[in-house]
Amino acid sequence: MSPVLLLVALLGVAVAGGVVALTRDPEKQAVTLSAFGLLLGVTFVLFDAPDVALSQLAIGAAIVPLLVMLTVRTVRRRQR
Amino acid sequence: MSPRVRLVLFLLGAAGFLTTGVLAVLGAPPVGTDVHPYRDAAVAGALAHATANVVSTVNYDQRALDTLGEETILLASVTAAVALLRPADDERVDVPPPDVVRSRSPATRLAGWLLLPATLLVGLDVVLHGHLTPGGGFQGGVVLATAVHLLYLAGSFAALERLRPRRWAPVAEPVGALGFVGLGVAGSVAGVGFLGGVLPFGTLGDPLSSPTVILLNVAVGIGVGFGLVVLVAQFLRQEVLVR
Repeated sequence: MSPVLLLVALLGVAVAGGVVALTRDPEKQAVTLSAFGLLLGVTFVLFDAPDVALSQLAIGAAIVPLLVMLTVRTVRRRQR
Repeated sequence: MSPRVRLVLFLLGAAGFLTTGVLAVLGAPPVGTDVHPYRDAAVAGALAHATANVVSTVNYDQRALDTLGEETILLASVTAAVALLRPADDERVDVPPPDVVRSRSPATRLAGWLLLPATLLVGLDVVLHGHLTPGGGFQGGVVLATAVHLLYLAGSFAALERLRPRRWAPVAEPVGALGFVGLGVAGSVAGVGFLGGVLPFGTLGDPLSSPTVILLNVAVGIGVGFGLVVLVAQFLRQEVLVR
């Protein structure tokens, strides 16, 4: 894998991580977290780690954002 | 804690993290060379036990004890989360709302029904071929747990509640962990050490090669799959049913 592509992927992950941290609304944060998880999964594939990429995609891009979203919705509904 | 003290604490921690991080990177072996001592050891071990996926052999053979630790951590976390999420005294549990089906668009429901069998198959494939191709019990278990919840996307919450093994899923998760320990003890009894391989290794690349890795993958797949089903189910119940 070309080092330039690896560096671009790493920078993309860093930028996406920053975007997640700077997203103020938790509901939107679940979406940016999912995008960040997807990008990190692709980066793992580029670094020849498909096993970790599978876990990352399932947990980081799907399950965790889902749990965050469900929690935010439940908390919002009860505040009303 | 005042914001000032917090900032000082953060800066101290960040400075420590940066220093140790830079030292670690500088001390690490160079990236992109042909010298990989750990690779040489791990690949030799994998070939000796006829496991095609070297990552799997590290997780479920060479360092299987570490995986047992992770499985136990997962079991403990799911148990704790479910205990925290049970309905409190001032909350009440509703009957499943019947109108969920109608509020879904037909396209979403069709996608759910089409994806359900495909996702189940992919999950099983990832678990059962973890010794040959990327994947294994953990990844496959997560895929299987996700597949079950496509029912919510496709149909109604009631269908999910009926079909989802909520009654015995909490029991099935520890069964996965117990299976892992059982396989370990079988190694001790057979005299090859805890989590040592009891069955013959087979031929490299064969679907039934490295039986220890397959069996541990199945045990972890059961534990992780049902653990996540229980976890997501509890979150979903809080959202849909508990008022």
